[in-house]
Amino acid sequence: MEHVADSFERLLEAWRGQKGNVIPLLQKTQKLRGFLSNEDMARIARVTGKSPAEIYGVATFYAQFRFQPPGRHTMKVCHGTACHVNGADSLDTTLKMELGIETGQTTADGEYSLEKVACLGCCSLAPVVMLDSEVHGRLTGDKLKKVLRKGKS
Amino acid sequence: MSAVTELVVGLGSCGIAAGARQVHEALLAELAARGLKVPVTSTGCIGACHREPLVEVRTAGGRFLYGDLDAGKARQLVEAHVVGGSPVQELLIPEDYPYLARQRKIVLANCGVIDPESLEDYLAAEGYQALRKVLTSLTPEQVIAEVQTSGLRGRGGAGFSTGLKWSLARSSRPGKRYLVCNADEGDPGAFMDRSLLESDPHAVLEGMAIAAYAIGADEAYMYVRAEYPLAIKRLEIAIQQAKQKKLLGTRIMGSDFSFEIHVKEGAGAFVCGEETALMSSIEGKRGMPTLRPPFPAERGLWGAPTNINNVETYGNVPYILRRGGAEYAKLGTAKSKGTKVFALAGKIKHGGMIEVPMGITLREVIFGVGGGIAGDKKFKAVQLGGPSGGCIPESLLEVQVDYDSLTATGAIMGSGGMVVMDESTCMVDVARYFLSFTQSESCGKCTFCRIGTKRMLETLERICGGQGRMSDIDLLQELALKVRLASLCGLGQTAPNPVLTTLRYFQEEYEEHIREKRCRAKQCRALIRYRVIPETCTGCLACAKACPTQAAVGERKKVHTIIQDKCIQCGLCFQACRFDAIEVLTGPEAAAVAPTDAGAAEGGAA
Repeated sequence: MEHVADSFERLLEAWRGQKGNVIPLLQKTQKLRGFLSNEDMARIARVTGKSPAEIYGVATFYAQFRFQPPGRHTMKVCHGTACHVNGADSLDTTLKMELGIETGQTTADGEYSLEKVACLGCCSLAPVVMLDSEVHGRLTGDKLKKVLRKGKS
Repeated sequence: MSAVTELVVGLGSCGIAAGARQVHEALLAELAARGLKVPVTSTGCIGACHREPLVEVRTAGGRFLYGDLDAGKARQLVEAHVVGGSPVQELLIPEDYPYLARQRKIVLANCGVIDPESLEDYLAAEGYQALRKVLTSLTPEQVIAEVQTSGLRGRGGAGFSTGLKWSLARSSRPGKRYLVCNADEGDPGAFMDRSLLESDPHAVLEGMAIAAYAIGADEAYMYVRAEYPLAIKRLEIAIQQAKQKKLLGTRIMGSDFSFEIHVKEGAGAFVCGEETALMSSIEGKRGMPTLRPPFPAERGLWGAPTNINNVETYGNVPYILRRGGAEYAKLGTAKSKGTKVFALAGKIKHGGMIEVPMGITLREVIFGVGGGIAGDKKFKAVQLGGPSGGCIPESLLEVQVDYDSLTATGAIMGSGGMVVMDESTCMVDVARYFLSFTQSESCGKCTFCRIGTKRMLETLERICGGQGRMSDIDLLQELALKVRLASLCGLGQTAPNPVLTTLRYFQEEYEEHIREKRCRAKQCRALIRYRVIPETCTGCLACAKACPTQAAVGERKKVHTIIQDKCIQCGLCFQACRFDAIEVLTGPEAAAVAPTDAGAAEGGAA
C-alpha cells in the first residue's frame, strides 16, 4: 500500500500547476486506486487550488468516475443502438440472473461489477459486452454465460 | 502462381473482438512450424466488419482478401495458398464483392491497407506530402482558399463550411490560438472516428497540422473518448513517430512552423461532443455548453480563438491539398462535396465501415453496399444521426445522401451512424431508447432539456408499458417543440428528433400500442406473451435451461409450458429454442393468455 500512496504523491507533483489538470488527475487517480475516495479528491482540490466541492462536482458530472471500489472484473454491457435492436436487454437479464446484481452494483464476493456503456463502437458485432478490456461480440444469453464461466476459471 | 510476399491481418477493435489475434497467432505458428519466412503484418480496419476476422494475402500478382477466418482456417490458408500457391476459393472474398466494389475511398484510402503503427507505410502512401507542399509553397490564405474551393463541410454532423470556419479563426484577433480535434464520438451506433484513428492516425494528424498552419495555431488538443483505448494508443504512437521525424514539433520540416498535439481522454459525457462543452471539459470543468456567440473562433479554449473540427473532417484535408480543391469538388452534389463515411450496422446483412460519394441514394447504400436486411426480413427504417437524428421509412429510400436532402426528411446527416431496422424493431421502443439516452445525458443546464426530455421519456415508457393514452401523442408533439426551442445546445435542440420522425412516419405503431395494446414488432415486454406451440415442441429442455425465472418448465420429451405469471418476457427461451416451438403473442391474443390478477395471486401462493 505504501507503494500506491507514493505513486499518488508523485502523480500530484507531476501535474501540479499544469493547465487543465483536474480531469487527468482524477483519471489517473482512479486508475491507481480503482475509485475516487473523498480523501483523494480533497488532496486533488488542494493541489489544483480548487474547492473539494468543485472537484466533486466535476467528478460526478462524468460517467467514467466511480466512488466505490470496483469488483476484480468489470462487465460492461453495450447499449448502443445496434446492440439495442439486436437484444442488449436480454444480455442484461442474463447477467442480472447469473450474477444476482443490478447494473451499477458489485457482487458480494467482489468478483464482478456490472456496468452499462453507451456504445463500444463494435456495432457490426452487436450485441457486445466488454469484460475488463476484451470485447466479446455476436452474443446470445448462452454465449454470454460461457464468457462468464471462462472469466471465472 | 506468384509467391506470397506478405500476410496482413486486420487488427482494428472489431477484428480483435471477432478473434483476429488468434488468427494472427495461428498464422505465425503455422509459418514457423513449416520454416517459412513470410512476413505477417497488421493493419487497421479493412471495413468489411461483417466478415471479420480478415486477412489479406499479398503476392506480386495481386491481393487476396480472406474473411470469416479462425485459427483452423488460418492454418488451411497457409497450407493451400502460401505453400501450395493456390487461393482457397471458399474462404476468399471476391474482388467484385459489391460491399467493397461500390465504395469510393478517400478518407479511408489507407485503412486496412497500411500498418497504422508504421510511419514508413504512411509515407509510402503519399503521407505528409500535402503538409510539405503547404509549408514550402502555400500561404495560409491559399490553404484556406483551397479548402473553400473543395466545398468541404463539417463531418461532425452540422455541415458548416470548413474553409469558412478556418477563415473566421484566422481573421480573429491576433495572439495565441488553438486547434481542437473532436474525437468524442458519442452517438451510439457510430464508430467511424474510432476506426479512422485506429487505422490511419497520421492522416488525421497531417490534416490537423495543415489546419493549424492555416489558422495560425501552434498547439492542439485531441479530445478522444476513453472507451477507445486502441485509438488512443495508436495516436500516441503516431505523434511520437511524427515528432522524431520532425513532422510535428518545433520547426516542422525545417520551416518556421511549429505545432504540438496533446491527447485528452474524455471522461464519459455525451454532451462533450458539443464544442463549447468539449472545451470546458478540456479546461477541467464540468462539460456544460455555453451560449454562442461568442463562437470558438472568437473566444474558445482558455479564451483564445479556437478552431474545432471533427476527425473525419481533418481526415479529408491531406487529399484536398494533394489533389486540389477542384478535384475534390468533382465528387458529390452541388452543395455537399466529396464522400461520407458511415458506420453501417443494425439488421443489415453486410455491416461495417463504408465510404460512399455524396449524392448516392439511401437505397443504394443499404441494399447495394450493405446487401439488404439480414435474414431477409422486411426493411422498416434506417436511423441516421443517432440521438440527434431520425428514422427514415422505406418510402424515402430514394433520398440522396447530402446534408440538405437528409435534413428535409426530419433526420440529419449526423456524424455517420447508420442503423438499419427491420420489422422486428419497434419504432416506439426506438424513440423511447433514444430519449432515455438523451434524458440521462442532458447536462441539466436548460430546464426544458432537463425536465422536458424526462416527461417525454415517461410518456414513451407509458406507451410501451401498455398504459398509453391517445392524448399522449399530442403531448409528445407539444413537448418536442418546447424542448427544441428552449434548449441552448444541440443536444436539447435535436433530442426530440427521434420522437418526431417516428411520429411522422410510424404513427400507426403508436396508436396500436395505445388502442390495441399491440406491439407489431413484438419487442415491448408489457405487450407480449410467450407460449409453447405443443405441435412443434420436442421436449428438449433448452428453453427451461435458458429461462432465468423458472417460468419455462417441462420434462424431457414431453411438451413444455410457460408459466405466465413467472414469465418476465425476456425472450431467452425464444432465442434458445431450435425448433421454432415458441411463439410470441401481442394485442388481444396476448391479453387472452396473460394471468389475471387473481391468477397471479394464486400462482404466488402456490
